[in-house]
Amino acid sequence: MNNSTGRIAHLGLTIIWLLISLWMIFFYAPEEATMGEVQRIFYIHVPSAWTAFLGYFVVFLGSVAYLANRSQAADDLAHAAGEAGFVFCTCMIVTGPLWAKPAWGIWWTWDARLTTSFLLWLLYISYLMLRSYVFNPSRSALLAAVVGIIGFVDVPVNYMAIRWWRTQHPQPVIGGGEGSGLDPAMRLTLYVSAGAFFCLFAYLVRERAAIGKLRREVSAARRAAGLDDRKE
Amino acid sequence: MQNLRVIWAVFVKDVRLEWRHRETLAAMCVFGLLVVFLFNFAFESAREMSLRLLPGLLWIAFAFAGVIGFNRSFAAERENAGLEGLTLTPADPGALYLGKLLANLLFMIVAEVVIVFAASLWYNFSFIPVLGPFALVTGLGTLGYVAVGTIFGAVASNTRMREVMLPVLQFPASVPAFIAGIEGTTGALRGEPIAVYADWVNLLVAFCIIFLVLSYLLFEYVLEE
Repeated sequence: MNNSTGRIAHLGLTIIWLLISLWMIFFYAPEEATMGEVQRIFYIHVPSAWTAFLGYFVVFLGSVAYLANRSQAADDLAHAAGEAGFVFCTCMIVTGPLWAKPAWGIWWTWDARLTTSFLLWLLYISYLMLRSYVFNPSRSALLAAVVGIIGFVDVPVNYMAIRWWRTQHPQPVIGGGEGSGLDPAMRLTLYVSAGAFFCLFAYLVRERAAIGKLRREVSAARRAAGLDDRKE
Repeated sequence: MQNLRVIWAVFVKDVRLEWRHRETLAAMCVFGLLVVFLFNFAFESAREMSLRLLPGLLWIAFAFAGVIGFNRSFAAERENAGLEGLTLTPADPGALYLGKLLANLLFMIVAEVVIVFAASLWYNFSFIPVLGPFALVTGLGTLGYVAVGTIFGAVASNTRMREVMLPVLQFPASVPAFIAGIEGTTGALRGEPIAVYADWVNLLVAFCIIFLVLSYLLFEYVLEE
């Protein structure tokens, strides 16, 4: 089948890309001057963060598309992006403190970026919880779309609020200042790693959306056969 | 014109219902008072500290009282399929939303007056000299909070475990209103000129506009069967 060939090719590409980026992270990228080896978590942490924000953007697009034309594919996309994005968001939330402790000396600080990221994680949780707490599938899709849109609009408003809030208070630590003075080899590693993460995200979304579609088909078949459908 | 009549009708219906049993308002007020009361044990209410604690304390009490109100607002509709009845009328869903919002806003304000009165008494702080700015900030923050709470109350009423679902949806989404509300209230209670905390007031206005418009447009999909 054409579709399954495409999926296997996508999976292969993802694995190879991830292996290349792992090699680059540990062998190609130079050691950071002040933080040493521990800085290498940067190549996991930052791409996770980008993917997490991208994920909620996909949730938003899927939600808008579902409300506009009620296509089940759009709902599957939003649901899949919600679940896959949550994984990357969790990865960001876990690797952040692991890096912060050796680099800043503390696990956590309520600065603008950290707080916004944590809030994104909470928005993912509320989105997924809502999905699992609504019984009727078409209801669930509608309500999740509403929550996905409101949540997405909330992220930038929040970022503004938290940034003002933090700039009015004494800043406990100043974050790493990456981006500006990044070594070219480091930047290349970061981009390769981010590419691998996006590829993995796309693969997970694709598989998850396919499962969503299969679930609906199974449930429709069960209904047609007059079997109890309540498990679904 | 038609919409205004719908908004008014829904508002009057909710207020009349509430007036007949007064359960929701009583629950909101008692719950808010309990939060203020418990805070007293969490933080020693030293006189010099009270100005730093009061804004946060008030907003936490408002937040909890609000969640109870929004939950009840739609739980009552669901019990007798009232929401379905409303959906069947040719009324604009956005107007239904605004009617519910106004009723929730009224209940919130009543609960807030009770909470503020108790806090003023128990923490020995007079709100009268700063009443104008305080009312402005609190009113805007409350409007934003209720705007989000009314649509999420309707969303949560469709779920299992709706009492848990509502705060899970509501609290993260209203963080901007919460931050700006607390910061603005701090400025107002300190008696600072409004220019000092104008940023927060602007943020509250922006929050209210964004989420009122968004919820007004999206409410239709929440009602859809």
